[in-house]
Amino acid sequence: MIRKLTLSVLAALAMTTGGAFAAGGEGGHIENIAFSFDGPFGTYDQAQLQRGLQVYTEVCSACHGLKYVPFRDLEALGYDAAQVRAYAARFDIFDPELEDTRPGLPTDHFPKSSLSNAPDLSMMAKARAGFHGPFGLGINQLFKGIGGPEYIVALLNGYTGEEKEQAGTVLYENHIFPGGLIAMSPPLSDELVEYADGHANDAHHLAVDVAAFLMWAAEPKMMARKHLGFMSVFFLGFLAVLLYLTNKRIWAPVKGRKQA
Amino acid sequence: MAGIPHDHYEPKSGFEKWLNNRLPVVGLIYDTLFIPTPKNLNWWWIWGIVLAFCLVMQIATGIVLAMHYTPHVDMAFASIEHIMRNVNGGALLRYTHANGASLFFFAVYVHMFRGLFYGSYKSPREVTWIIGMLIYLAMMATGFLGYVLPWGQMSFWGATVITGLFGAIPFIGEPLQTWLLGGPAVGNPTLNRFFSLHYLLPFVIAGLVIVHIWAFHTTGNNNPTGVEVRRGSKAEAEKDTLPFWPYFVIKDLFALVVILVVFFAIVGFMPNFLGHPDNYIEANPLSTPAHIVPEWYYLPFYAILRAFTSDVWVVQIASFVTGGIIDAKFFGVLAMFGSIFVMVLVPWLDTSSVRSGRYRPMFRWWFYLLVIDFVVLMWCGAMPAEPPYSIISLIGAAYWFAYFLVILPILGVIEKPLPQPATIEEDFNDHYAHDAHPAE
Repeated sequence: MIRKLTLSVLAALAMTTGGAFAAGGEGGHIENIAFSFDGPFGTYDQAQLQRGLQVYTEVCSACHGLKYVPFRDLEALGYDAAQVRAYAARFDIFDPELEDTRPGLPTDHFPKSSLSNAPDLSMMAKARAGFHGPFGLGINQLFKGIGGPEYIVALLNGYTGEEKEQAGTVLYENHIFPGGLIAMSPPLSDELVEYADGHANDAHHLAVDVAAFLMWAAEPKMMARKHLGFMSVFFLGFLAVLLYLTNKRIWAPVKGRKQA
Repeated sequence: MAGIPHDHYEPKSGFEKWLNNRLPVVGLIYDTLFIPTPKNLNWWWIWGIVLAFCLVMQIATGIVLAMHYTPHVDMAFASIEHIMRNVNGGALLRYTHANGASLFFFAVYVHMFRGLFYGSYKSPREVTWIIGMLIYLAMMATGFLGYVLPWGQMSFWGATVITGLFGAIPFIGEPLQTWLLGGPAVGNPTLNRFFSLHYLLPFVIAGLVIVHIWAFHTTGNNNPTGVEVRRGSKAEAEKDTLPFWPYFVIKDLFALVVILVVFFAIVGFMPNFLGHPDNYIEANPLSTPAHIVPEWYYLPFYAILRAFTSDVWVVQIASFVTGGIIDAKFFGVLAMFGSIFVMVLVPWLDTSSVRSGRYRPMFRWWFYLLVIDFVVLMWCGAMPAEPPYSIISLIGAAYWFAYFLVILPILGVIEKPLPQPATIEEDFNDHYAHDAHPAE
């Protein structure tokens, strides 16, 4: 029995080492943040996503794009069709048929990044890991999640205030960014965005809200996925019980046990 | 089949006789389903079913994914996002397929180590073992090709590194690499052929799986004692075996469903845990990621590949003897393929006449060390190639080769095996003695 247990533990260890992929991220320490969408029961908080969209629209979108996200998906944030149409119309979208720009439609995607060195943010919350360890085994990710949104929050507030000029470009010191110098100027400051619902709008809260929005942008189908998770675990678990009983009954006479 | 005496299918109705004379398909299914199976098989014997299920699941999800995927460098990444966002159930299909590869490899590793412990590779099952190794190689190729298709950063750079291995072969390496890639670097021709081959290889695997099953249905299953089923008469064989249906089908299905509970919990709640975040960034030939790491299931062999640097003395000797033809890079490639090749040869490297590790007191500890070695190498493969990981990888790689090339041949000679049960029936009854019928 002990041997079996040891082997099972080793096998499980082999599996979790997979998280080791995330190994090797440089940069500062990243705090875990209790997001509403954490864990198997977590859901997106629509009010927070709306606030995050506001931060994105007023701040991030000046340079960054969300080219994989269609405007129509914003209905998932609790807006109705008219609101989405009005929101889309605020963007000028290039239409290849007109060979000109026109106001955006709900079927259009968010524009691309307007600066060549500003990465697209559509999948940013999945393209970064906040947690790696211990020893590069990625076990933290089992308990805290991969940490993409946490990375975004830490980065947005990770500026030290120092600047450096390199080859004619001003770089800003950021203790979260790998390498320590980032081309993005500190984007957030306290009360930069005024929320309609009066929610706290210090730099930390702005960052948390926009990180939550970017998580939604990266994983809009998260709710459906977790739903499938519960359905399959529940029904397969039930099937497992039935098969266990069937198996026990079939083998009982062979093993010299009385039939259950 | 199996050389084990058992009942065969008898066509009864006129139609059955008519069909059986033309195509004995019902008899084939009957013999496969009711094949006598050693009744003492333990829970380590369930992974074959898991593997068969994985293959079917990967082909089924893969075919649907291929309907929505575009194998073009400008569109591949966007088409994956199209699947994730717009295709009905697309995100679930893709997560199932991506994590399905992990389950497939997890299962194959347990299956292989089970075979290594219980001596399933030994005579007369060498062919089963070799076909199994071919399946494993085809799986490695398929997994690698599939990982390139999303055209993320790790896809692109993984493809660059792995095809670079062929470039390390002396003389023919560079033309070979160019031929494989369809150009001087990983590009659109590469993506197209990788897609084509990723679609082809699973069917090759399916064919090999049939041969694998055919082979061990001819020899009969191994079992935890390694003692052969008695074949003198049908009555005797029936004391050692039970028909596959229903005893093992239900048992295996139960195990499969338990494993699927865990699997779908991963798919539902943490589908990106086993992936690399960098693969959500579109491939960019101008920007190399800080660390290029393959998927977890290649890591032990990746560690062996990287372990042999130019400052290792065996590499220096090899380089000196061959006049520089074998450099550190090529040595690493040889070591990586060699580490798999020694597994292929294990039926002849293991000199012990006892099959099962259960009755081999010394072998057992060397085997456990091999499993630990495998896990440690996996960890090293994920870490940067620098001390202390480089030296740990080297020790790990050395043990891997020593186990197959030195320890197994010697153990067979010096080890004194424990007494084995005379029959499978005896082992089975010993195991269930505490609740056996008092009358027996």
